[in-house]
Amino acid sequence: MKNRKSQEAQTLPSRCPDNSAFKQQKLPAWKPKLTITTVLSSFFVTGVFCLSAGVCLILSTNSVREIQINYSDKCSDCSKLRENSSNWNNECYCSVDFMLKEDMLGDVFMYYGLQNFYQNHRRYVISRSDAQLLGRDVDIQKSYCAPFTTYQNGTPMAPCGAIANSIFNDTIDLFYNLNSSVIQVPLLKTGNSWWTDKNVKFRNPKSYNLSSAFAGTARPPYWQKPVYMLDEEDEGNNGYINDDFLIWMRVSAFSTFRNLYRRVSRTNQFADGLPAGNYTFHISYNFPVSKFKGKKHVILSTVVWSGGSNPFLGIAYTVCGTAATLTGFVIIAIHLQLRKKKTFIQK
Amino acid sequence: MPWGRPPPWPSRPRAVGQAAPVPSHPRAVGQAPWRRRRGADGHAVAEEERRVRANARDYNEKFQYASNCIKTSKYNVVTFLPVNLFEQFQEVANTYFLFLLILQLIPQISSLSWFTTIVPLVLVLTITAVKDATDDYFRHKSDKQVNTRQSQVLLGGGLRQEQWMNVRVGDIIKLENNQFVAADLLLLCSSEPHGLCYIETAELDGETNMKVRQAIPVTSELGDTGKLARFDGEVVCEPPNNKLDKFGGTLYWKENKYPLSNQNMLLRGCVLRNTEWCFGLVIFAGPDTKLMQNSGRTKFKRTSIDRLMNTLVLWIFGFLVCMGVILAIGNAIWEHEVGVCFQIYLPWDEGVHSAFFSGFLSFWSYIIILNTVVPISLYVSVEVIRLGHSYFINWDKKMYCAKRRTPAEARTTTLNEELGQVEYIFSDKTGTLTQNIMVFSKCSVHGHSYGDAQDVLGRKAELGERPEPVDFSFNPLADPRFQFWDAGLLEAVKLGDPHVHEFFRLLSLCHTVMSEEKSEGELYYKAQSPDEGALVTAARNFGFVFRSRTPKTITVHELGRAITYQLLAILDFNNIRKRMSVIVRGPEGKIRLYCKGADTILLERLRPASQDLTNVTTDHLNEYAGEGLRTLVLAYKDLEESYYEDWSERLRRASGAPEAREDRLARLYEEVEHDMTLLGATAIEDKLQQGVPETIAILTLANIKIWVLTGDKQETAVNIGYSCKMLTDDMTEVFVVTGHTVLEVREELRKAREKMMDASRSVGNGFSYQEKLSSSKLTSVLEAIAGEYALVINGHSLAHALEADMEVEFLETACACKAVICCRVTPLQKAQVVELVKKYKKAVTLAIGDGANDVSMIKTAHIGVGISGQEGIQAVLASDYSFSQFKFLQRLLLVHGRWSYLRMCKFLCYFFYKNFAFTMVHFWFGFFCGFSAQTVYDQYFITLYNIVYTSLPVLAMGVFDQDVPEQRSMEYPKLYEPGQLNLLFNKREFFICIAQGIYTSVLMFFIPYGVFADATRDDGAQLADYQSFAVTVATSLVIVVSVQIGLDTGFWTAINHFFIWGSLAAYFAILFAMHSDGLFQMFPNQFRFVGNAQNTLAQPAVWLTIALTTVVCIVPVVAFRFLKLDLKPELSDTVRYTQLVRKKQKAQHRCLRRVGRAGSRRSGYAFSHQEGFGELIMSGKNMRLSSLALAGFAARPGAAWIETLRKKKGSDGSPGADGTLKV
Repeated sequence: MKNRKSQEAQTLPSRCPDNSAFKQQKLPAWKPKLTITTVLSSFFVTGVFCLSAGVCLILSTNSVREIQINYSDKCSDCSKLRENSSNWNNECYCSVDFMLKEDMLGDVFMYYGLQNFYQNHRRYVISRSDAQLLGRDVDIQKSYCAPFTTYQNGTPMAPCGAIANSIFNDTIDLFYNLNSSVIQVPLLKTGNSWWTDKNVKFRNPKSYNLSSAFAGTARPPYWQKPVYMLDEEDEGNNGYINDDFLIWMRVSAFSTFRNLYRRVSRTNQFADGLPAGNYTFHISYNFPVSKFKGKKHVILSTVVWSGGSNPFLGIAYTVCGTAATLTGFVIIAIHLQLRKKKTFIQK
Repeated sequence: MPWGRPPPWPSRPRAVGQAAPVPSHPRAVGQAPWRRRRGADGHAVAEEERRVRANARDYNEKFQYASNCIKTSKYNVVTFLPVNLFEQFQEVANTYFLFLLILQLIPQISSLSWFTTIVPLVLVLTITAVKDATDDYFRHKSDKQVNTRQSQVLLGGGLRQEQWMNVRVGDIIKLENNQFVAADLLLLCSSEPHGLCYIETAELDGETNMKVRQAIPVTSELGDTGKLARFDGEVVCEPPNNKLDKFGGTLYWKENKYPLSNQNMLLRGCVLRNTEWCFGLVIFAGPDTKLMQNSGRTKFKRTSIDRLMNTLVLWIFGFLVCMGVILAIGNAIWEHEVGVCFQIYLPWDEGVHSAFFSGFLSFWSYIIILNTVVPISLYVSVEVIRLGHSYFINWDKKMYCAKRRTPAEARTTTLNEELGQVEYIFSDKTGTLTQNIMVFSKCSVHGHSYGDAQDVLGRKAELGERPEPVDFSFNPLADPRFQFWDAGLLEAVKLGDPHVHEFFRLLSLCHTVMSEEKSEGELYYKAQSPDEGALVTAARNFGFVFRSRTPKTITVHELGRAITYQLLAILDFNNIRKRMSVIVRGPEGKIRLYCKGADTILLERLRPASQDLTNVTTDHLNEYAGEGLRTLVLAYKDLEESYYEDWSERLRRASGAPEAREDRLARLYEEVEHDMTLLGATAIEDKLQQGVPETIAILTLANIKIWVLTGDKQETAVNIGYSCKMLTDDMTEVFVVTGHTVLEVREELRKAREKMMDASRSVGNGFSYQEKLSSSKLTSVLEAIAGEYALVINGHSLAHALEADMEVEFLETACACKAVICCRVTPLQKAQVVELVKKYKKAVTLAIGDGANDVSMIKTAHIGVGISGQEGIQAVLASDYSFSQFKFLQRLLLVHGRWSYLRMCKFLCYFFYKNFAFTMVHFWFGFFCGFSAQTVYDQYFITLYNIVYTSLPVLAMGVFDQDVPEQRSMEYPKLYEPGQLNLLFNKREFFICIAQGIYTSVLMFFIPYGVFADATRDDGAQLADYQSFAVTVATSLVIVVSVQIGLDTGFWTAINHFFIWGSLAAYFAILFAMHSDGLFQMFPNQFRFVGNAQNTLAQPAVWLTIALTTVVCIVPVVAFRFLKLDLKPELSDTVRYTQLVRKKQKAQHRCLRRVGRAGSRRSGYAFSHQEGFGELIMSGKNMRLSSLALAGFAARPGAAWIETLRKKKGSDGSPGADGTLKV
């Protein structure tokens, strides 16, 4: 009993809570308030910012020159031929003429665009083995590459998976028709991909040469040539680090998308870009799209600081800025009305 | 007390909070269902009677009774993991997430990696497991501490020290003074005469007074160990049960049967007091003891927000399934229309042969990716926030009572926000509203009233100026704490006024108080009822010092002279008699009867001669009663020697009579107590607790209705109602319902309602009321009553009113009244009243009380508050919150409750918003990715969004947010109303949050969609790839929800700053880390987003997209909020923004605080002590033999025996007195 009492006496004084700001919920704090001044100023600042950004964006996108040609329609013969997969071995060429009314000045980029191609489908997106593409020796059976993993005889596909298998394999060349002479526009096929993709994410398997590195593997079923022959001229653009391959492997977010195909090399008469005139695309048509009601485009475009031609951002900013400013005025109106009422009542 | 208290952990819905330790049996109340009966071995369950033979371990072994080892812990090292996991997976939420995890392991369905679910799940399971383990560790520790206590067991003819856990049923153990009783024992013998022993049962029933237990005579003679060791009686008794006050059994010994009752039992948890030693036979041990049997799991309380949350979560599940179905149908159609043709590039999975089946699979895939609308972190976060709020309550210095050294304590961590929604408070009176301290404040002696404060000139002093109290220094035995302001009374004593002398002589003789004298002149009184204590103390200060008593004598120091009166009889108090008398023989040999009692009773029994005096005294009584004082009338009567002889002879015979003893005694008492001479009257003030009227005024302003439920009498209760301003004279009418029959009660209630309605009709807008009457129900009319009414209802009327066919009527009437007082109610009725309000009113109820009789109501109400006062700890143990002063209630509700509610609501709104904004993006994306259940975000983002990127800022808001400073909540009690009306989070608010979330998700998806449709980078390379899109959407989402929480946070402490900015920083840090080369090199298949952050976030177009999304998501919200603030400001907004309203409110305050009361209510007499105490005194059973021997030496202070009735508090450090007296 005594013991208990004395213990109580010892513990009791400490039972009083500390008088700290934290424990007493008296921490110094900033108490922001939505006052008319802060609200209005934030609305007008936002409005001005959005409007000016919108105007800038619209102006700059308007300076982008772009031409887009749907060649899956224009090359309907080839399209039909490709619809039947038994003709996969037959080559099909197609040329599309077009005219540039104005010069396309500056860097000119050539894109291929696909419509209705669901690169963002879940099963498509996961159908790859990043370890394999990093040049690792992995068991692709464990990856999500199925059904594009191995052939029946057990030979693994390199690269595996649906993405790689369905690589865009048209070749497009651009010709400039100048006074009945036809000049091939020089196009750059490297330097089009992300630096990280080219140097980090994709590596070829290590070996003394590329073909031996891929020994024991086979090309994906839809490919016409094995991966180590994607670009036989350029060692740095072959195998897994081929730019076309890299770009294809970066799957798009939507079923309509454009991928960079070539850049116009600014040499000779194309030093300032593409001059106005008549041009022709020569296309080796391999990639079938008509079966799934897809469309193929070829696009020539210049870029500005905000990217290519996309009016959306500019318009959205302008609308948003206008709305913010208008709301600011509405708020002023309502507030004044209210104050009048209040003073009226007080009188 | 060595019991470490386990910290109140956040508890998942299954709340652990209720289980708080009891001082000596840490788990006595509120837990441990796992330690029920040993159900497995059929025998224990079927135990119909218990046979125990003393000193026969072999014999008792046969029955396999539980040993005295208690186990309140749940797990041991080996069983912890499986048992704990099993328990956790009984939670619906956990099972749901386990189910999702299993779904994700099916490759065709798995739309997310397994870790997106397993990481949060494991986190939650681990946190809960750690909490359970810690709790259990403390239980182990306290079990061990209890189990290893030492006790002396009689084994093999000698006493042996054994640990408690080794004590068996049938053992005889020896207890010494101040020891805890180890098990439920049959008392065999003790050091005291008649085999008596004294116990304190505070831990069992919360009563601090001492109780007497007595051994049956045949065993009480077994004084020494030798005899006890040979004792071989066999007890046959009832099986273990939880009835603390009942025991039935028979002792078979030497071919005789002896009945046993609870009076012979010492229960585990009691403490032996004032008894040197005693021996007991163990009947029930360990888990079978009544204490442990009483420790059932308390009912788990849920808050209304909990219930709402569960409903909403169900709705969300429904919504989830709907979305799943829509998307699954979409998938089936897409696969049928498009996917079939697309098979050249993307063949269907193995086993999927039809679009329909693909749709079916995609349904499950979508269930997985959309499950984040109800994230597992919701439940954890809610518990963490509540835990934080509980700590703030525990830490609040303004709720710390310095006098009692008790801080407020949140004993449950799950109810905090409900504190902000209370509409009804049910309060006990004694000890809660009042201090249970009685002060002798006035008296009327022979027609002269004393007690009004007087100034020097003898005039009545004005209220407010208090002159010096009367100086009692002439009297060395005076109690220094006693204060009296009327010097006239002392003058009268000094002048030798015979009436005044007789008055105080009566007070010093006619009572059942015990005195204790620690040292010469240092007197302590131990009174069963505080009223009596106050009266005897008053007499003591005025020079009539009750010094000591023996069974046959009372020694009084009358103005310095020791006079010993012979105590001939005590005519004890009971509820019917409402009076008590003593018959004493004075030193001159005259026999006199002194009587004190309720005015109504006593005035009838006076000599008719003194009518004038009676009238004056009655006037005085009315005056006192009007002031809210408790009154008593005093009278005396001289008895003839011969008459007394005759009477006492009859009394002796009557008390020996085998039947109708009570009746015969009552008749004899009645006979002698008449024709008495009036002496005067006393008035005692029942002191209110500090700040009670103010608290009640503020709570009333906060629209909280306060009902007082008390066991006290109607008059006392009404008086207290007035003195704490529940009832005011401004009130239109106070209805009193006292009917004894159903019809009477119904009639009275009906009349009350009619009056209220008549009054409101006549108020002037009778027109509208008439219309209303015809169109709507009675209730709505009653709710619109004009004027203030109060209802007082008696216990017996309440019994009728609570019957099924009248309860609604009663409730309607009561709810129309401002104040309701129920008096003379039983603990069960208290609970019934609370239950009634809970049943018909969708309102949150709070019950506050301090005694064991409040436990039922505390447990029934939504929130139970225990006053940690003097009446033991029973109420506190049953309560959810405890503190030591009623006035803290306003702070608990208006500050803590209000904030908790506000914070919880803001938290929930934001939480649902952020998860909808986050998850619905997948839904929109579904329409663009062939309904293939492709996620928009990186899987790591999905994993971390809820547990890292957005959890802490909202937690900080949920824990720290304040809309208005705490002083303001007290100044404007109206601020409390939104909680009662459930305005801050209800279904409507929920839909608004959801709508905002969906709106955000739409923008979050479609703005980047518009930008990315055919965007390229500024270097011409592709930008519209999936990964860049994912990073853009994720980044804008994190920024938008961070801005939104910034907007919602009204109180930016350093912690909020740290968490909000820290979350953003953490997002970018983790983003870049996840997209770094290093991780990719290690796990190329897991970290596919390598290089994405630096490529994407270097693009101005991406930042412009993020900025646009943020602006478009936030600006409308700001506009709406501002307009709402401007057009329809809440009171809290007004308080936050201006100080203008302040003056107006203050005026209102003053108006309500105004004091004003008069009226002639007659206060009743309330002895609160039990009947039968006088008998105990007269029998001398509670006095030691040695004291009896000393009885003659009146001069010598017989101090020791008073210990028998000593309260717990006074009991420290005086056992030494025993020795001196044992001559």
